[in-house]
Amino acid sequence: MLPIVILTLASTGFCLFLIAIPYFFAPKDKNSETKASAYECGLAPKQKRDSQISVKFFLTAILFILFDIEIIFLYPFALAYRDFLQTEQALGIILAMGIFILLFIFGLWWEIKSKALDWK
Amino acid sequence: MGKDFFEISINLIKIFVILFSMVGLVPLLVWAERRVSALMQNRLGPNRYGPFGLLQILADLVKPLMKEDFSKGNKKLLYYLAPILAVVPPAVVFGSIPFSAPFQVPAFEFFGFDLGPYTFYFQSFHLNTAVVFALGVSSLASYSLLIAGWSSESKYPLFGALRAAAQNISYELALSLSLVGILFLFNSLDFLEIIEKQSGPLSFSLLGKDFVFSFLPNWGVFYQPLGALIFFVALIAECNRIPFDLPEAEAELVAGYHTEYGGIKLILFYIGEYSHMMVSSALMIVFYFGGFDPYPFSQETLLNFLGSDFKLSLVLFFVFIIKFFLFLFVFMWIRWSLPRFRYDQLMDLGWKKLLPWALFNALLTAWFIFL
Repeated sequence: MLPIVILTLASTGFCLFLIAIPYFFAPKDKNSETKASAYECGLAPKQKRDSQISVKFFLTAILFILFDIEIIFLYPFALAYRDFLQTEQALGIILAMGIFILLFIFGLWWEIKSKALDWK
Repeated sequence: MGKDFFEISINLIKIFVILFSMVGLVPLLVWAERRVSALMQNRLGPNRYGPFGLLQILADLVKPLMKEDFSKGNKKLLYYLAPILAVVPPAVVFGSIPFSAPFQVPAFEFFGFDLGPYTFYFQSFHLNTAVVFALGVSSLASYSLLIAGWSSESKYPLFGALRAAAQNISYELALSLSLVGILFLFNSLDFLEIIEKQSGPLSFSLLGKDFVFSFLPNWGVFYQPLGALIFFVALIAECNRIPFDLPEAEAELVAGYHTEYGGIKLILFYIGEYSHMMVSSALMIVFYFGGFDPYPFSQETLLNFLGSDFKLSLVLFFVFIIKFFLFLFVFMWIRWSLPRFRYDQLMDLGWKKLLPWALFNALLTAWFIFL
């Protein structure tokens, strides 16, 4: 645990060091309104920021959370699978996992069918 | 007391050596990328400064350092945080990757202190849940994209960031699901154990019979060809490289989430991107190409030939590095060979093709183990 913390701090420190070099040593230029304005090709934007975002992104994020949790449940099952097969309850455990995976497949099929994943 | 101090200082040195070798490799990779692209397009590439243009690296590094430190928008803290967050996750994951087999250091005397014996690992830290750790921490990089796009207060970075984040999380599903097959096979979350189980010739038992193919190595790719393919595609998508570099599609989005960044902060994004590529190629080797397994020789023959643990570890280290650079070359090869996808094609590939196939791969593996 401690090495991870040290490594995180060290890499953060390295980045801060790199950012600090131009802050102290690089030449500074005059600030102007054009320099501080947002990048735009062509005319200057009327709004400050275009805030309209497709709702698909939000939907994708929610679906990701659902599926990721389901996949995470597969990890311990995969790890203990060989040990399960040796035990007497093997059939029950595999049945339980089979129902879980069927739900997973059903969810995916339902999403595709209801066009939640179509980006048109 | 002296012994603890010695081990702590060795570990500290290791952390810094691995961190800085990773960061130092980035300019070298940028140079290599330019040379490879030139090779593929029948150009020369950077060749003016130094042998093979190697001093170009230095010029590339000094120029952004001398650029003015300039920030846009009102969210200064987040604006500065984003490039740092791009570098830290791959740097931390890189520390958990084993570059070679650990070796025993026997007890010895050093300036009057009795030191050793202890085990030297070729990694910053040895975790027994490294697979989950690597997946979890490397996915933190998508925060940096979102923060960068949001704090820039500009249109193109915001769109680029949203696209990048949606793409990253979509392909993460396929990435983690294709690894389930590997977990079914090797029953371990530890990189070293996974690599150990891939040593020797290809051998497995099916339906009560034992099969041995002495001419093939015991690597994951022979058990999981489909899984390896899905994993590799998802890795390229996670790195935001062509053919999956939609967030940076310059015809539509200028430069994506780092449009408003310049100077050294832009370089930090590049460091993050290239170190993500390094982590990806290392993970590919660890899971599917036997890690430091020195095919066509076995580790025992090499040990008998070389005579000591230490020399064996060094040789295995070079084996790993060779495989590592081969995969980095494959990454560049793909980048300069393929065109870019359209966004709906990208999402279709991730959700409707890779995800079901990865699930099929996992179930197939479970079925074969059941037999």
